[in-house]
Amino acid sequence: MIDSKVLERHGLKPDEYDRIVAFMGREPNLTELGIFSVMWSEHCSYKSSRVHLKTLPTGGPQVLQGPGENAGAVDIGDGLAAVFKIESHNHPSFIEPYQGAATGVGGIIRDIFTMGARPIALLNSLRFGSLDDAGTRRILEGVVAGIAGYGNSIGIPTVGGEIAFEPCYAGNPLVNVFCLGIAKATDIIKGVASGVGNAVYYVGAKTGRDGIHGATMASAEFDDKSAEKRPAVQVGDPFMEKLLLEACLEVMKTDALIGIQDMGAAGLTCSTTEMGSRGGAGVEIDVSLVPQRETGMTPYEIMLSESQERMLLVVKRGREAEVERIFDKWDLHASHIGEVTADGMLRVKERGAVVAEIPNGALTDEAPLYHRPMATPEYLADVRKLDLDELAAATPETGTSAGGTLLALLGSPAIGSKRWVYRQYDHMVRTNTVNLPGMGAGVVRIKETGRALAMSVDGNGRYCYLDPRHGAMLAVAEAARNVACAGAKPLAATNCLNFGNPERPAIMWQLAQAIEGIGEACRALDTPITGGNVSLYNETDGRAIYPTPVIGIVGVLEHADRVVTRRFQAADDVIVLLGEGRGELGGSEYLKMVHGIVRGVPPALDLAAERALQTLLVELAAERLMRSAHDCSDGGLAVTLAECCFDTDGIGADVAIDRLAVARAESVNRAAALFGESASRVVVSAAPEAVSEVVRRASAAGVPSRIIGRTGGRSLRIAVGGDIAVDVTVADAERAWADAVQRYFAKRVA
Amino acid sequence: MTFGIVVFPGSNCDHDAYHAAKHVLGQDAEFIWHKDEDLKGADVLILPGGFSYGDYLRTGAIARFSPIMHAVRAFAGRGGPVLGICNGFQILLEAGLIPGAMLRNRSVKFQCEHVHVRVEQLDTPFTAACRSGQVLRLPIAHGEGNYFAPPDVIARLETNRQIVFRYTNAEGQVTDEANPNGSAAAIAGLCNEARNVVGLMPHPERACESALGSADGLRVFESAVESIKSGALVARA
Repeated sequence: MIDSKVLERHGLKPDEYDRIVAFMGREPNLTELGIFSVMWSEHCSYKSSRVHLKTLPTGGPQVLQGPGENAGAVDIGDGLAAVFKIESHNHPSFIEPYQGAATGVGGIIRDIFTMGARPIALLNSLRFGSLDDAGTRRILEGVVAGIAGYGNSIGIPTVGGEIAFEPCYAGNPLVNVFCLGIAKATDIIKGVASGVGNAVYYVGAKTGRDGIHGATMASAEFDDKSAEKRPAVQVGDPFMEKLLLEACLEVMKTDALIGIQDMGAAGLTCSTTEMGSRGGAGVEIDVSLVPQRETGMTPYEIMLSESQERMLLVVKRGREAEVERIFDKWDLHASHIGEVTADGMLRVKERGAVVAEIPNGALTDEAPLYHRPMATPEYLADVRKLDLDELAAATPETGTSAGGTLLALLGSPAIGSKRWVYRQYDHMVRTNTVNLPGMGAGVVRIKETGRALAMSVDGNGRYCYLDPRHGAMLAVAEAARNVACAGAKPLAATNCLNFGNPERPAIMWQLAQAIEGIGEACRALDTPITGGNVSLYNETDGRAIYPTPVIGIVGVLEHADRVVTRRFQAADDVIVLLGEGRGELGGSEYLKMVHGIVRGVPPALDLAAERALQTLLVELAAERLMRSAHDCSDGGLAVTLAECCFDTDGIGADVAIDRLAVARAESVNRAAALFGESASRVVVSAAPEAVSEVVRRASAAGVPSRIIGRTGGRSLRIAVGGDIAVDVTVADAERAWADAVQRYFAKRVA
Repeated sequence: MTFGIVVFPGSNCDHDAYHAAKHVLGQDAEFIWHKDEDLKGADVLILPGGFSYGDYLRTGAIARFSPIMHAVRAFAGRGGPVLGICNGFQILLEAGLIPGAMLRNRSVKFQCEHVHVRVEQLDTPFTAACRSGQVLRLPIAHGEGNYFAPPDVIARLETNRQIVFRYTNAEGQVTDEANPNGSAAAIAGLCNEARNVVGLMPHPERACESALGSADGLRVFESAVESIKSGALVARA
């Protein structure tokens, strides 16, 4: 019955099948094979990435829960924990953008409240192809509407995020969603099943045939038949999840609960197996007791369904009625579908008859683990070559022509305002959002303590394409820097690793390199990884995306009212540049947009200097010495300065910076000074009376600082080496920036 | 005095209204579960924002059948002050306590942003502490806030002075650009004929602390407090 075709349909390799037979001591039946196939899929088992992920730093005094649970948790003071994680929903979002993105949001929210935390903020990191392409616009509109549709309805604010556009994502858009919740540190709940005889409950939406093999779909490449996979995408019901959220948090206040887990990827299979495995116990359920939306569902279908908004609970024996009463209040029906057993088996029955029986360990701990071969990609040697002198011909020489380049950069979707997107997200519900989207890191206050949490998600696929290890380090540094710019001390990280097919040695090399880079940066910045997600096989017709690790960093701000934004606050403030520009153009937005090339090596990064800079920023914010802070990233110093002027009612700036000698042509040197993307730089503004103290603190911290100008006027003027290179009105610049994404959709909106 | 905040399944601004009433204004506040019939001694009722019952049929269409709505209707009938915010406003429309209906925003998108509204009427329990023509900066967050009623109904609302808030620019002028959703007559908020039931799409509870970008919404809550304290409204639950 089980032949090579059946195995292929289940995404299992022949040697993996042999392993199954060895564990079972017999041939599995089809239901058991289905269970193995989802548990051993890349998505659930991390079989290609696990050996590398183990090298990441995951501990520290601030870490209350590291990887392995539904989400990580860190101590944020006053006995509270921030519970957070990032997860991808890339493949479903390509197949059905609205539902794919919506259920991605639903899934990560469940991971957070499963831990006993009330979710209070969402972020997302998105990647699409070029907006010039109608297909990309359709996907973007669907994804944004899906995120909005789910997050807005359930009432969790989407407080920030990032979007990038590169042709390599056209067939593999990335939808990474981050959620953060708050719990009492002592009340964190885990996904364990323990205590023989305790009751296993199923709560939430009924089980249908949707999403069967979603986990295996997310572990395969796309081709021209991918549209046929649509039935594997689930449909979200945020109202059901809102009820589940409130009811579960209420149940958790009682001590009747042993453990709880959501049914995400691989549904009932994964939740029963993982809970049993963590608790060192077995779980026995009867699928005929599982509420079903459709008739005639087989045990195979019930076990593999990925219907959304379902939870599995283990309840203390004798306390069942108490728990049932709470779910009744919320018009939810809790079904008693099984028991915890002592034998460490996942046992599935149908009307009493055993239909599957597998040792939990075989599905989890004993899942295959691959040391896949790695090889440096062939493209690398070539793309890392960059001759700046060759740019001279295409770089204007004179006057304020760089102003035109600046306006073009500001008006590009990569750099321009994402207001068209975040306006669709309710970013204010719960009345904690003290830093609105577009101002830097997302910042939510904690009403009970006066503190605030800052969070940022960042990644740069172009840098990682040119150097995955270094690019990943830069992503960690940037996310942490954004948090520090808001005035918050970075505490911990979560990562979402988006890569191509790991069976190709070049891709596997990218993945391993990126993980090494993340590890090194997280160790240096003391932001351990507390969890995350790996999304592989992001390829269409054999073409992989840029290696795209996305890092989420969470930090704490001692006083919510000392939050700092990117905006200049007043005229006649002094502008200080912290950090040093080296005119690095490799992999820059400037090179891509103006010269149409993705080449060179990404900017250098000195992690010790980065940490000193971030510590300084937190200190300057805490003591109210700086009035604004904005890091230099895409588009370099010129773009950063322009963004400091936006949303200020037109406060301009007069700035003078040094010329940098990176090429023979002066025009290239000027571009490098303005648009180079050297890391570890932040533009801060300070009141005139505070500046000497800012400079003194910087010097004490070993951070290079330089007064580069003053705020005021209605224009942004930047002189390079004494010659005015940019002279644009803030109004013109802001108009170009504000319209950058919106203009692609304007015609279609009344 | 006590603010009673009705919690429907899917309400999600209930805690925000509670926080504004209890912690910012320092008044008593009680959550009232939609299956209850007792208003817990509330002096003022708030139907909060959110997506009651997921707003799956039409916004507010199912919530109006919740058991608590009998008590809300009776309270309103006795002259008790009722404020419907966003989804709460939509529920008031569906319940027929205020005339008209909501269409999707003309952008056909959900919109979350700060807008300006002009206070048109002062003789309601939720605007009594405002100045005539005062412009408030308040957030909106809705996909269906495009108010619609037939021309004769709009005319009657004008005649009866039931238009309480209108979308304007920062200077208080009604312009098409300042109308975020396409609402007829730039209507952002209305009252019933008896003037004790007020509904509005913007969220005053999200604008009660300057840390959140605006404290203008406080005027709406302070109006309720003043109205109750002055004895202008004496209905009790």
